[in-house]
This record gives sequence, C-alpha cells and structure tokens, in this order.
Amino acid sequence: MEAEHYELILDHFKNPRNYGTLEDADVSYEEGVPSCGDLVRLDVKVEGGKVAVLKFTGKGCAISQASASILTEKATGMGVKEIMLLKDGDMLESLGLTVSPTRFKCALLGLKVLKKALLQNEKDNASGAAE
Amino acid sequence: MESIPRIGKRLDPVKLREDFPVFTRRVHGKPLVYLDNAATTQKPREVLDSLADYYHAHNSNIHRGVHTLSYEATLMYEAAHRKVAGFVGAPGWKTIVFTRNATESINLVAYAWGLANLKAGDEIVITIMEHHSNFVPWQMLRDRLGVKLRIAGVDPDGRLDIGEFESLLSERTKLVSMVHASNVLGTVNPVKQMTEMAKAHGALVLVDAAQSAPHIRLDVEDLGCDFLAVSGHKMLAPTGTGFLYGREELLERMDPFLFGGDMIEKVTSERSTWNELPWKFEAGTPDIGGGVALGAAVDYLSAIGMDAIATHEEQLLNHALERLSTYDWVELYGPSAEERVGVISFNVKGVHPHDVAGMLDEEGIAIRSGHHCAQPLMDRLGMEHAARMSFYLYNSKEEIDLAIDTLEKVKRLFG
Repeated sequence: MEAEHYELILDHFKNPRNYGTLEDADVSYEEGVPSCGDLVRLDVKVEGGKVAVLKFTGKGCAISQASASILTEKATGMGVKEIMLLKDGDMLESLGLTVSPTRFKCALLGLKVLKKALLQNEKDNASGAAE
Repeated sequence: MESIPRIGKRLDPVKLREDFPVFTRRVHGKPLVYLDNAATTQKPREVLDSLADYYHAHNSNIHRGVHTLSYEATLMYEAAHRKVAGFVGAPGWKTIVFTRNATESINLVAYAWGLANLKAGDEIVITIMEHHSNFVPWQMLRDRLGVKLRIAGVDPDGRLDIGEFESLLSERTKLVSMVHASNVLGTVNPVKQMTEMAKAHGALVLVDAAQSAPHIRLDVEDLGCDFLAVSGHKMLAPTGTGFLYGREELLERMDPFLFGGDMIEKVTSERSTWNELPWKFEAGTPDIGGGVALGAAVDYLSAIGMDAIATHEEQLLNHALERLSTYDWVELYGPSAEERVGVISFNVKGVHPHDVAGMLDEEGIAIRSGHHCAQPLMDRLGMEHAARMSFYLYNSKEEIDLAIDTLEKVKRLFG
C-alpha cells in the first residue's frame, strides 16, 4: 500500500472535479451498485456532437467517486461517438493504479452511467424530432 | 447474559497455522492474514486429507451397495453423523441431518415443518439480528400461508431487547427462530433463556448456530432447542457441508423436504414410504466426502477443545477492541467483549469499507466489507456498510496488530 500508488485516486476523491449538477443539462442519469451502495449521477450538456459540460454527484467508495471525477475531465470535449467506443480498459488505464478485479464495478460505474446518459439523450432527441 | 464457556488450555495459533496449508501461500507478496472467518474458515490438513482419503480409497455410493467400498463409505458417512452429534450434545446420531449449509437447514424446517404445520394467524418470532438466511425463509411462509412474522429489536449497542422479545410471545407463537451469535456484531444472544420463554408459550425453537457452533461449546439438550442449524464450512469443513439437529420425535413426525432416492423405504408406482432418520431428509446421493471431512473437522476442533478456542478468541477480541477503541476515527459496533464472539464490525470514518478492505488486501490481509447479509440489522443500527474482521483459532495477536497498523496507514492516506 504505497502512498504514490493512490495519489491520483485520493486527489480526485478529496477534491472532486466537476462536482455538482447542471440546471440546463440535456440529460441526467443516475445509477448505483446495489451491493455496495456506490452511486453516480451525471448531468451532461451536449453541443455539436460533443460533451460540452459534464457534472457529477454521487456517494460511495474512493474508487467509484474518483473514477467519476477523472472521467468528467477525460470526457469533457470528447465526441459522443468517441465516448461510446471507450473500452473498460481505457477507463481503468486512466486511474493511475492497478484496480483489483473485485473493484472493476466501482471503477467503471461512471463510464457506464455516461454511456447510458448519452444513449438516453439520443433517444430523447429522436423522439423530440419525431413529434 | 448467559456466560460463554471459555476456560480451557492455552492454544498456540502460530503452531496451529502449520496445520493449514493455505498459510504457506502469499497474497500480493505478503503472508496471508485471514480475518474473514465469519464468512468461511480455512481447512486444516486433517480435513483435506480425510476428503482425499475418502476419494482415494473408499469412494462409493452409500447404503445400497453390498460390496466392500460401499460398506466402508456407509460406515464413514454414518460415523461423521455420530461425531457431529457428539459435538453439539445431540442425544443420538439419527437426529443429525447433513445439509449443504445452515441456510439449507433452516429451509428444511421452513418447508418440511412450517408448510405442514402452520396456518394463517400463526406467528413466527425472530430477531432483527438475523442473517438473511433466517429472515427470507420465514418471509416465504408469511407470503404463502399468511403467518405473521414478528421481529424483536436491539438496543443501540446491538444487544437483543429481551423485554420486547418476551412481549412478542403469545399462544399464537408457533416458532421462535433466532440467531445464537450475530455475524455482524458478534452478539451472543441468551438463547437458553429465550428458549425457556418460547417454551412457556408452547412454541418450537430453532437456533441458528452458524456463527456460534464453530467458536463456543454447544449442547442442544442444555439449550433445550428443537432445531439447530449449522454450517460446516464455517468450522473448518469443506464448503457444501452443514447440518440440522432436530428433536427426534419432531423429525419423525415431519414429512421429507426433498424427494427422490435414498430417502425412501419402499416405492411402488402408486406410493412411497419414507426411510428412517436421518436419511428421510437426505434425498439423493449426499456429499459423502464432504460429510466425512466434516467429521474430521469436528475431530480436529474437539482435540483442541472448544473452550480453549473460545478463550483464545476472547483474548484476540479484547486486544482488538482495546486498540480500536482508542481511535476517534474508528466507529465500532456491537456490545462488550464478554457478550460476543470474535467478530468486529467497524468503519474508518470518511473511508468506504470497500476501500478499507481493498487496501488491507494489498497487504495480504483478508477482511470483509458490505452489509454482511444482514440488511435489516444494518438498517436498524443506521449502518449503511461496515468493514468486518472475524477471528478463529489460527489468528494471532500479531496479525491483529498488523491489521490495525494497516488501518492506521489507511487513515493517514485518506487524511
């Protein structure tokens, strides 16, 4: 248990980036891991096919909350299509430490919520256009 | 409070560890410190060897065979029932039904006794301390039969509210099913007193001893209970082993739980009659090898002595609680050391228990985190999650110190 190993995770856990909610979000999505109570909510603003603003709130372990914080930095400015193609491994690589397989669910919660949010946004837009 | 029998010869955990092959391995390059014994325990060589010996030299199906191996397997499997009966003070080995675990034992009572004997308006009394395994089967009966489930509460330190428990009992109470030792708090309930109270109202009593039988000496006749459910894998035996003790006249009157081979006496195309105890409740080919190894686990524990084990665990518990209670950043749950077995649920303030368990794992230290399959209790005590360390005969004071030193490091990292 080396302190350096945890530097990035603990930094994001203690000082979460893009923490909060968006009043004018295009889409908000929330999901948790019932077995451990981790929860992440993302508020997303999409402009020109890109994630323009991304805010998160949540509770749970350091891995889940720091991963969500790291994800908000990583995904802001990224194209929606690009995000949908992000692999679990890409997310795990951004965390600065080797996450044990027992914690993958925590580490990947933010990415899962973001993809679901973006899918929801597409659906909302499609049904909005049809009306 | 009922006193826990704890006098016994001193045991040497460091010496005992040599009996457990798993302790030769390393986890993340560190020696394994196993403090997750409330979930399942490690297995000594005697148990593993008995399992291997059964398969190497005696493997055969029991009961119907005329040949030598079948005869030997039958004797070995029956002998294991005898050992288990002796271990819990049961009056005869036919009162011991081998199951997969305590959960199955409780389900056996719910299905074979509950469904046949209960009706709408009857009441089952349990405590808020129950493991899900002693909650969910009764919820099933409530939903199927309309019986009422009544739940006795605890005080903020996790002691049973015995006054409330008694007030729930009435002539409508047909069954009291209670945990002997809580898997979350370690609280040892006064089951003998509770059994007397239940009996005064004519109720049957089931004791869930999954967390007590491995750690303290039990005597079903002294407790006076009608059923006792135990998991073998929490007392050094292989996973997939457990047993139910039932009072003989009750088991005799109960219909089977599972139907099929070995549980029958005679089958015609119209009807079947049931085999004698305990085989009536052990349908199909049982886990013979596992059962034999459960017998070996009982032999191993008995040779050391349950009182010596209980004494050792109390010393570990006292030491751990003494150290942990000096930190204002540790939240401790449960009653005093005299009132519990070697289970400590706690939280490092500001740190999720999964992070605590994950960081300890990196040091080779195995503890559990989560809701411990006792969500109603956690809700009652306002604990969303907790980390838990639980001890057994092979744990040493030095291991506990290492675990607590590591908690200090975790706290420092999180600041």
